[in-house]
Amino acid sequence: MNFDFSEEQTLLKDSVAKFIQNEYSYEARQKNSQSDAGYSEKNWSTFAELGWLCVPFTEEQGGIGGGPVEMMIMMEEFGKGLVVEPYFSSVVLSGGLLAKAGNESQQAELITGIIDGSKKIAFAYNESQARFDLHNVVTQAEKNAQGYVINGNKSLVLHGASADLLIVSVRTSGESLDNDGITLLLVPVNTEGVSIKATRTLDGQRAAEVQFTNVQVNSDALLGEEGSAASVIDRVANEAMLALCAEAVGSMEKLYKDTVAYTKERKQFGVAISGFQALQHRMVDMFTAHEQCKSLLLRAVLSYSAGDEGAVKNIAALKYQVGISGQAVAHEAVQIHGGMGMTDEMSIGMYLKRINMINTLFGNADYHLQRFTELSL
Amino acid sequence: MDIQFTPEDIAFQKEVKAFLSENVTDEIRRGYTGGEVDPDIMVKWQKILHKQGWVAPNWPAEIGGTGWTITQKYIFENECAESGAPSVIPFGLKMVAPVIYTFGSDEQKKRFLPDILESNVWWCQGYSEPGAGSDLAALQTKAELDGDHYVVNGQKIWTTYAQDADWIFCLVRTSSEGKRQAGISFLLIDMKTPGVEVRKIDTIDNQHTLNEVFFDNVRVPVENRIGEENKGWTYAKVLLTHERTAIAGVAQSKKGLQKLKEFAAQEKVGAGVLADDPLFTAKIAKVEIDLMALEYTELRAIASVSAGGAPGPESSILKIRGTEIQQAVSELTIEACGHYAHVINDGEAIGNDMSWVASAKYLYGRASTIYGGSNEVQKNIIAKMVLGL
Ligand SMILES: Cc1cc2nc3c(=O)[nH]c(=O)nc-3n(C[C@H](O)[C@H](O)[C@H](O)COP(=O)(O)OP(=O)(O)OC[C@H]3O[C@@H](n4cnc5c(N)ncnc54)[C@H](O)[C@@H]3O)c2cc1C
Repeated sequence: MNFDFSEEQTLLKDSVAKFIQNEYSYEARQKNSQSDAGYSEKNWSTFAELGWLCVPFTEEQGGIGGGPVEMMIMMEEFGKGLVVEPYFSSVVLSGGLLAKAGNESQQAELITGIIDGSKKIAFAYNESQARFDLHNVVTQAEKNAQGYVINGNKSLVLHGASADLLIVSVRTSGESLDNDGITLLLVPVNTEGVSIKATRTLDGQRAAEVQFTNVQVNSDALLGEEGSAASVIDRVANEAMLALCAEAVGSMEKLYKDTVAYTKERKQFGVAISGFQALQHRMVDMFTAHEQCKSLLLRAVLSYSAGDEGAVKNIAALKYQVGISGQAVAHEAVQIHGGMGMTDEMSIGMYLKRINMINTLFGNADYHLQRFTELSL
Repeated sequence: MDIQFTPEDIAFQKEVKAFLSENVTDEIRRGYTGGEVDPDIMVKWQKILHKQGWVAPNWPAEIGGTGWTITQKYIFENECAESGAPSVIPFGLKMVAPVIYTFGSDEQKKRFLPDILESNVWWCQGYSEPGAGSDLAALQTKAELDGDHYVVNGQKIWTTYAQDADWIFCLVRTSSEGKRQAGISFLLIDMKTPGVEVRKIDTIDNQHTLNEVFFDNVRVPVENRIGEENKGWTYAKVLLTHERTAIAGVAQSKKGLQKLKEFAAQEKVGAGVLADDPLFTAKIAKVEIDLMALEYTELRAIASVSAGGAPGPESSILKIRGTEIQQAVSELTIEACGHYAHVINDGEAIGNDMSWVASAKYLYGRASTIYGGSNEVQKNIIAKMVLGL
């Protein structure tokens, strides 16, 4: 048994950590978050230059064959910096779908584009009636001689407005809740009939409402097999949850450390408030919650990379616990900062909002507690 | 012991219901949406209440109060919450007014109380300072006597709604000798006085409620001091107790839970609705049980005070449990809204009526366990004063 990083992994961690420390102050993050695109193109080029965009892809695909451990390393650091660049949406989600379902020419073109930073691809999966069910798909694609005609709406497409291309989950057969009959289609954003409205989310990130009105795509828009995308989506969702939970664990670490540091500085009643036992015990609880979530994260990541049968259950456990503990730690951080915790001047509130968003993406705590229960029976 | 409404109470309830259903319009409901207020709507609503004679149930009847029994107050609060009417802005009616009618001179009562009752003047509360939060007695904003004026210098922080305020009631330091509490005075300051500057504080809920207020050689007539010099702390403490009981918000939480249940009953999850989910409904049930307990704790507290007794030990937990329950309701509400609780409402926002206010309420509501004396400080007080630790 060994929980140590390899030399390469340590190098990766150090490189991301250094970037976050030197280039990603909260002020810089806020500036990028509030820019038109919602992130920094310059940072995105840096990500490409430093080789971060290629991490999860195989060598044949142009990557370095990194697995869930490498992804965890990066996302944890991103979580400390509250990174707004579309890494999760473009590399983890869309890259994951292309790597698993793309044919050779799709991979050659699109994965290469992701890796060199020239292409941003968003995954349009969510629909407003679906809540957390990735298979609840109403958006229709009808087959015709040329390919498919898409009609419907996708909601809160992460970084949808800055993407060049969308991967859209559509229904080609069956009813709205069926697992069978879901298909993935590649749709360039400038295709006629695609309308995209940018929205901002409370965590300082971007999303989009996307409407498809008689959108005609060719048959080579098909990604993977027609009608059987559900299992690909589920596999990518597992990796997405590992990535998001790693990000949240990074944020939790930052929150408890920042809170400890603040209490040592802040004086009331003539002493640093860190001296009050009522607060000390709660900071110990925050620390404990972080360590426990980190343990569940490692458990899930390692079992998933080993291809264990229990990995899915471990991921459900992780997503549940990060949902509960992440929010609890963030609430405590705000409380212990007093009025300062309510201000935008401090980053505390932004971590709270990001953690809440992560809790909601790909199913909240209750959703995964339910899944865990089903998997345990 | 008896908890039945009398026939008079039932008649009163009917009267209140009729009044509210006639006057609480959608516009009035928009006066307060979970943090921010619309001052024009709030003033309009408070004037309607005043015309009816119901704007100040907490005041003595002789000077504009209602003379209601505790049961009537309870009925009124619950019916107001039920109707979606915004609570009155507390700073004038519920905070400074009791200090003025209890400790002010006749001249001050005549000068300030009518405008408060008629909502002609908007007040804010200048207690906290950057270095004086939980430890309020550490405040340093100085008021030095110069002829018949005080010259005020210093800074207040976290001043709610100062951007709309005409007047601010302040605790200022008039002496640095002896105990810190014994050098504090209670001053009323016109916000239009030269040298007063208000700066917005950007907050996590993206609303404008908080401000910093700076005083640079602000000249305040001595006649604006309440009571004696250096006795301000005593007056302020009285005000703080008023603030703390008003903070429990039982009726509002009841309404919040009811709205949440209605929402869960129509929010689609797969082939059913959220209310079918036993995990979620059990969480609502737990909060409801907490609230049932708190409602009676509050009634016991009110009853002992109205029977002429001092507030019993049970009253000290109202603020703690009340705010914890408010937060629990708001947490469940954003959970119910799913993804849409995390979208910025910029006019064209997506989502629904519920989600638009849910996130603002939730985020602003994080502060309810911080302001009005943080819950940690409340526990310290209970440990010391009630448990004798
Ligand atoms: C939304 C909002 C509105 C407000 N409105 C007003 C207003 O209108 N007017 C006004 O004057 N003020 C207002 N306040 C200020 C409020 O009263 C203070 O924020 C509060 O008193 C806490 O002070 P602080 O923020 O300096 O926190 P601190 O006193 O620095 O406290 C930080 C943390 O330490 C804890 N702590 C402090 N002392 C102890 C102790 N002895 N034992 C254990 N824990 C302790 C606190 O509970 C808190 O968790 C408002 C605050 C907020 C957030």
